[in-house]
Amino acid sequence: MSVDLQTVKRVAHLARIAVSEEDAERMTGELNAILGFVEQLNEVDVSGVEPMTSVTPMDMKKRSDVVTDGGKAADIVVNAPATEENFFLVPKVVE
Amino acid sequence: MSDLTQLTISQARAKLRGKEITATEITEAYLGAIERANPALNAYVAVTGDKARDMAKASDARLVKGEGGALEGIPLGIKDLFGTEGVHTQACSHVLDGFKPRYESTVTSNLWADGAVMLGKLNMDEFAMGSSNETSYYGPVINPWRRSRLDTAVMPTTHQGDGGFVSAGGTRTVRSLDNAQLVPGGSSGGSATAVSAFLCAGATATDTGGSIRQPAAFTGTVGIKPTYGRCSRWGIVAFASSLDQAGPIARDVRDAAILLQSMASVDPKDTTSVDRPVPDYEAAIGKPIKGMKVGIPREYRVDGMPEEIEALWQKGIAWLKDAGAEIVDISLPHTKYALPAYYIVAPAEASSNLARYDGVRYGLRVPGKDIVDMYEKTRAAGFGREVKRRIMIGTYVLSAGYYDAYYLQAQKVRNLIKRDFETVFAAGVDVILTPATPSAAFGVADEDMAADPVKMYLNDIFTVTVNMAGLPGIAVPAGLDAKGLPLGLQLIGRPFDEETLFQTAAVIEQAAGTFQPEKWW
Repeated sequence: MSVDLQTVKRVAHLARIAVSEEDAERMTGELNAILGFVEQLNEVDVSGVEPMTSVTPMDMKKRSDVVTDGGKAADIVVNAPATEENFFLVPKVVE
Repeated sequence: MSDLTQLTISQARAKLRGKEITATEITEAYLGAIERANPALNAYVAVTGDKARDMAKASDARLVKGEGGALEGIPLGIKDLFGTEGVHTQACSHVLDGFKPRYESTVTSNLWADGAVMLGKLNMDEFAMGSSNETSYYGPVINPWRRSRLDTAVMPTTHQGDGGFVSAGGTRTVRSLDNAQLVPGGSSGGSATAVSAFLCAGATATDTGGSIRQPAAFTGTVGIKPTYGRCSRWGIVAFASSLDQAGPIARDVRDAAILLQSMASVDPKDTTSVDRPVPDYEAAIGKPIKGMKVGIPREYRVDGMPEEIEALWQKGIAWLKDAGAEIVDISLPHTKYALPAYYIVAPAEASSNLARYDGVRYGLRVPGKDIVDMYEKTRAAGFGREVKRRIMIGTYVLSAGYYDAYYLQAQKVRNLIKRDFETVFAAGVDVILTPATPSAAFGVADEDMAADPVKMYLNDIFTVTVNMAGLPGIAVPAGLDAKGLPLGLQLIGRPFDEETLFQTAAVIEQAAGTFQPEKWW
């Protein structure tokens, strides 16, 4: 499979990365080189093979349903580019 | 002691405990070395001198009282991927500009609890994506090793010195260093350079596809990627969560064991942290390997592999055989599919993990006409080329209609790769010996690699299988190539059998010796 310029622009939008016409053209070539490289996986017979879901066989650890953390609003917003009264500020989303 | 930076961790530990030196003295020695070397090597992106001095002072107070921890007063460098409270933590990306977390990663917390001293944050490939440390927002790290040439010079008088040696006929063989700058490998290039150039006693690093072992091999240092789940991932900037593991880079095998001992833990904050006590890794060093079964996988003999790598591998086999190990030929038939499967799984996980960098909660924000425009502009300006490339691949392989063909297929192949290893371990193989990398360190701005991303990816061909199967792997220096550059061997072990890796690596180290670059910086 290979990608064309339109697909690259669509994927860039899905990934929320602005691309110029020039970027998109360069990326098309690079992405096709990588997709060409991974193509060889199709020759592997995977019939009856489960996809890996856990690197190490283990049960999901669970903890008791109690509050263990919190009350750190100021710590959480401290690295944000724009905040007001412990809220993150973003451009207007709803008209 | 003239230069305290030359001490290994085990040597420094003994001198600190014996009150022959102080933590403050050794910390000052490293801070001085960093100040002199960093303009040339670019290993550190942030030096935390004041913090280091405070920590060293506290260590000295504890050492005086005889209350020192396992790493009391040992100055370490920390890869920029580890969250360090109140200190520069940016994964060497522009998108995390100014980020100083309000928390400390579990691995670094463990090190500080044992008394280690933080010298600063180490350069790396952006978000740990790269094999040359050239994708860092802070510029490439330079390998302290340089190629050298042997020339024969006629000497008027016969004397010995300057690293040259005298031959019978009055001529002298002189090794001269080439000026070309080489990469230290990646992504933990800052860690490897800092350890190799004596800018820290040891360093933390992380390995998703080879990012500890490949730079260790390129710099003549020891690097171990432990079993997935051995070190907590909590507080480490995520790249590919099912592959990422933290581990140390050190000057010798013993130091690597000492560091991993402290870094590894059982952590309730990471659900993939495995509930298993941390054994005494250092105790494994020096144990005989007589009767140990060492597997030699035929699939690691790849086309175009330099003869020197093959010769090094044979040398490693001979050393282990001499030490009483039994050498067996093994087959890991899905080896060649590990790298292509990795280039689906890792970008897929990365595209998801890196979705959080949106200009809202931390780091860089580039204003836009609406929120989507702000996201797109922020991410376009904040991520470098390699990171964008991988996010794009990941987004594509996970997008509607392609998930089964790419991601699901890759995860199935991944199970086959894991099964290959399980089969040989079940047949009684204790450890697997392979080359660590397909070549020695290459030049900065290598044109071939810049032109084709896949060429760069091939650096991880021997290391990536280990991440895919979640196994432990160690890179240990085994010799120099004809140009005087270090080459490493890799040992792969059973899950959670890091002890056998240290035990076997120590045998290789004893046969090969340790390697130091000639100082030019």
